[in-house]
Amino acid sequence: MAEHNHHFDPAEMEEWYDFTSSSKRKLIIGMLAGLAILLIGAFMVSKGIGIGIEHAHEHAGHGHEGHEHGLPGWAKRVVANLWMNAEFFTGISVIGMFFVCIQYLSWAGWSSILKRVPEAFPAFLPISGGILIILYFAFGQELFHWRHEGVMDPESEHYDAIIAGKSWYLNNAFFIVRTVLYIGLWYGLWVVLRNLSKQEDAVGGTEWWYKMKNLARVFILVFAVTSSTSAWDWAMSIDTHWFSTMFGWYHFASWHVTGLAVTTLAVISLKEKGYLRWVNENHLHDLGKFMFAFSIFWTYVWFAQFLLIYYANMPEETIYFRERFSGYGGIYKAPFFINLLLGFLFPFLWFMTRDAKRNQTFLKVGASVIIIGHYFDFYQMMMPGLVGANAGFGLIEWGTTLFFASAFIYVISAQLTKASIVAKNHPMLEEAVHHDI
Amino acid sequence: MDTNKRFLVGVYDDDDEVLAAVKSVRASGIKVHDVYTPFPVHGLDKAIGHPRTRIPVAAFMFGALGLTCMFLLTLYTMALDWPMNIGGKDFYALPDFIPVMFEFTVLFTAFGMVFTFFISNGLWWGVKPVIFDLRATDDKFVVAIDTGANRKTEAEIEKALRDTGATEVNIKEVVEEAA
Repeated sequence: MAEHNHHFDPAEMEEWYDFTSSSKRKLIIGMLAGLAILLIGAFMVSKGIGIGIEHAHEHAGHGHEGHEHGLPGWAKRVVANLWMNAEFFTGISVIGMFFVCIQYLSWAGWSSILKRVPEAFPAFLPISGGILIILYFAFGQELFHWRHEGVMDPESEHYDAIIAGKSWYLNNAFFIVRTVLYIGLWYGLWVVLRNLSKQEDAVGGTEWWYKMKNLARVFILVFAVTSSTSAWDWAMSIDTHWFSTMFGWYHFASWHVTGLAVTTLAVISLKEKGYLRWVNENHLHDLGKFMFAFSIFWTYVWFAQFLLIYYANMPEETIYFRERFSGYGGIYKAPFFINLLLGFLFPFLWFMTRDAKRNQTFLKVGASVIIIGHYFDFYQMMMPGLVGANAGFGLIEWGTTLFFASAFIYVISAQLTKASIVAKNHPMLEEAVHHDI
Repeated sequence: MDTNKRFLVGVYDDDDEVLAAVKSVRASGIKVHDVYTPFPVHGLDKAIGHPRTRIPVAAFMFGALGLTCMFLLTLYTMALDWPMNIGGKDFYALPDFIPVMFEFTVLFTAFGMVFTFFISNGLWWGVKPVIFDLRATDDKFVVAIDTGANRKTEAEIEKALRDTGATEVNIKEVVEEAA
């Protein structure tokens, strides 16, 4: 190829990320500020002073499951926010692994130049997963209706035959085993993949590529099952009576498109710092197409779930949307529709043209909107069941999200320094350098 | 009335050569009619300088048309002409009709794009294709230059082609039947 007749030398591709002490400081300040805002918010809500949108005093006890348990409303809200964010960021982390595995299984060459970026994401899994497990041990009874006192006990006045019928799956021991298994399997397989990837850098040759591809097969099989079951456990079982066979896919689609948006933002921000020299608008175009396509995929799955429930109109199913449309004085209507607007309509129109997908500014705006939209997806997925009428959107939400986002960026940046940002011995790297669409 | 068009056809042996040739020929101010290659050559479409396709615009229009058609059809049949009570819902229960609106958006977009593509490329039944050099389907890379569309003389164009590595330069007369 005369056009590209420059000498391709893997050694020249090597780039090491410098996690500067000033960015470390900023991120640590971000984490501390997040915690501080969370605590201030919790204190103010507990005293009945509101900043932002607070509903605590308005519609106590409307609708949902009935009994009040343990913690006061503000504390429930803190726990609910921690759970929701830990779950959201667990998803983004594991999608990093999913993305890399998909690239191997599809023999993708273009992404080899940037695959080290999503490859770093699962480093956050022990933290977000650990928070999930700690929260479950500490507040399991607050989070999950099926953990409430007596719901499984025929003698108790709180006995609930429907929930008791699910006890073979929704019980304490099995839930813990599953949660540990998900985090352990995802993280464990990632550690193996990451080591193979580093060995490829050190030794070279194509054998590592085949080994990673085999590992990707295993992970995809594991994730095919666990992406659904983890969604049932961590999100769907909050509304214990309700179930949807579409939920696993819907939840996964939301994780996936958010993970793609985070990948795009990370790639662009590295590029702006002067790294990833060989990533150009062709690679960004592919990431843009991914976000565009999977925003529509999410909408498709969301709608598939909604339409069947709407059409069949069975009370035990429609209650889910009832709660979000008009339950608790209609406080979930806004997040519900913000989610649809930012998760579907905006990316659909924003990313439709070719030029939009090749422009860094357009991509940054679009990716940020997708992340915000899907934050509200998880918000409206979990909050009605977790806190009901005590929900709000104020300092508690801002603080928790700031804490998790700073911690995520910190851990990922630290992980990025552990290997060259470009997998210099990836056998398809030259193809990626010449990627042209 | 039939019009004659006279083309100079440069034949090249190599994809890199033809890509460089097209760039340098165009840089010297010669308009390139088209290039024919046995396989896609990356960057060639940009090098020829054809304007970007507007087929995505057509796609959007066809999609919007399909969406509108199905919206109006479902509205007319299910709510206006013969309202039916289905499960006690509104006569026009929008979510129920989104699947068919979606499907027709896709259908109109797909068919609309295919037909737009064929028509805008002059590909319909009975059309006799202009073949500048049959070897473009085998191992040669063929650059066609419309002499009528260029101010330079044929000798100058031929020299430009030869200088950039053309192994042969042939003349091709094309008779276009008046529409």
